[in-house]
Amino acid sequence: MLSRARRERGRETWRRFRRHRQAILGLALIVLLTGSALLAPAIAPYDPDAQTDIVATRYQAPSVSHPMGTDRFGRDIFSRTLYGARISLSIGFLAILIAITLGTAIGAIAGFFGGRLDTALMRGVDLLLSFPRLVLLVVLVALFEPSIALVTLVLGLTGWMGVSRIVRGQVLTVREMEFVTAARVLGFGRTRILARHILPNVLTPVIVAATLGIGNTILAEAALSFLGLGVQPPTASWGNMVASGRDAMLDAWWITTFPGLAIVFTVMAFNLVGDGLRDALDPRRVA
Amino acid sequence: MIRYAVRRLLEAVPILIGIVTLIFLLLHLAPGDPATAYFNPNVSPEIIDRMRENLGLDRPLHEQYLRWLRSFFTGDFGYSFSQHRPVADVIRDALPNTLLLSAVSLVLIFVVGCSVGAVQAVRQYSALDNVTTFVSLFVYSMPGFWLGLMLILAFSSPAMPEFLRLPISGVTSVDYEFMGPIERMVDRVRHLVLPSFALGIASAAGVARYMRGSLLEVIGQDYIRTARAKGLSEWRVILKHALRNALIPIVSLLGLYLPLLFGGSVVIEVVFSWPGMGRALYNAILARDYPVVMAASFLFGVLVLGANLLADLSYAVIDPRIRTD
Repeated sequence: MLSRARRERGRETWRRFRRHRQAILGLALIVLLTGSALLAPAIAPYDPDAQTDIVATRYQAPSVSHPMGTDRFGRDIFSRTLYGARISLSIGFLAILIAITLGTAIGAIAGFFGGRLDTALMRGVDLLLSFPRLVLLVVLVALFEPSIALVTLVLGLTGWMGVSRIVRGQVLTVREMEFVTAARVLGFGRTRILARHILPNVLTPVIVAATLGIGNTILAEAALSFLGLGVQPPTASWGNMVASGRDAMLDAWWITTFPGLAIVFTVMAFNLVGDGLRDALDPRRVA
Repeated sequence: MIRYAVRRLLEAVPILIGIVTLIFLLLHLAPGDPATAYFNPNVSPEIIDRMRENLGLDRPLHEQYLRWLRSFFTGDFGYSFSQHRPVADVIRDALPNTLLLSAVSLVLIFVVGCSVGAVQAVRQYSALDNVTTFVSLFVYSMPGFWLGLMLILAFSSPAMPEFLRLPISGVTSVDYEFMGPIERMVDRVRHLVLPSFALGIASAAGVARYMRGSLLEVIGQDYIRTARAKGLSEWRVILKHALRNALIPIVSLLGLYLPLLFGGSVVIEVVFSWPGMGRALYNAILARDYPVVMAASFLFGVLVLGANLLADLSYAVIDPRIRTD
């Protein structure tokens, strides 16, 4: 019976989401972007890292053979942007996965157990939030050898605090509800109550925060890579592609422009879907 | 009110100690130390040892920590390896520039954001509302560094008429020394335009969105209907009755967007060669200049703490419903 109710609620959510035109546009963009990232080896007209006759092929303006032009090593910007999508999207997804796992766990523990543990955890959150995220990121990344794994990890470790606050607040409300008291009366253990009864009921805002968070994570990764502290060349990421075009920007505008547009549209797509989800999942809103 | 301010200040103290400790732990538990990171293998071990001694790196960890704590009371943050001058001097040159840039951006964020949001709310679901909502979503999704580069591209293109050319780097022009007082003012303002726009515009889009929602909520309330029923003109209703209350929750956004501005300043200052704290931190990181990295990240923490305090206090001043005792 519960599962039927849940399925019905899911259907209702989807119905509301579908009517959100901007969210559908965002979803279509995400499907397109993820699809072309997955199929990059098949779609990309050139090898993203291949350098042939540099002098003859470099700094070519966009044309039929190079739709987004070539960079200073004669590499095809379109192919590199496609391969860059693989890097930027997978870092975005993985980092947000780390962030919401950590945020949910810490928020749930703080809210459920309360007391000193709660105070200690939330003061820790306050402390981490008192650094601008980008400052924390550049300092952390600079302490180690730059790598994709490091960037992902650090983005995850600096992105969970908001989620933990949301989850804590939700847990505080839900744990006082009657069905939790009922579960307690039935003699279920605390872990079971937290995992089976409370957590499923607080996940809705986490999903919204995660979707909106992917956009921010992709922006942060791009900024790090732009500063030369994130994904290292020759591996293409949108941020380091923008940086690589900076010196020749006035002669070859396409090198900085196209990867930047890729960032904007990707981040916008996730923000649109996040907004749509928030509206669709909020029962108080009348769509 | 004063008691509330004092209490909030006291609450900030443990966090401040936390910030200082966290920075210390991060930089001292990381692999390698400044002395090895800074020197190349050709330097003899004796010199590296002497360097360690000078920096106090040969002392036990707790002694180093106490020394680091003490530096906050004396204002002596040590010596910058890369700039060959005291860290305090580096900060004294950089901090005002960052504060200036952030302040100008902040004004821009709230003026642009509130105006756009208010117009959207008053003309809800109109073509104007839809177009500006979409544009602000686009702007909100833009990386600041890329917007900065696009502005540089646009303003240095030959197609741009001469009188619209704005400076794309630095705080003042090369011939600043030879300008009269008014010319100097104009020169400084012109240098601020592009960086503050690139730094703030995405947040302005966020404020606009919040303002739109806030004003719509107020417009739906009974007292607005009363004001309309009294026969007041729509202008008066919006400007005198609705806007005031809609602006109250906006103040709480200060605490959200100021940290974002300070973080963004790292990237924007690099793009526009703006000699502020962000660029100082970035250059120090590239040069492995640890004393500057530590001092700069500490100051960023203090700035955020101050911003949150400011947001809470102004909220309490503006909205008497907030309990301050």
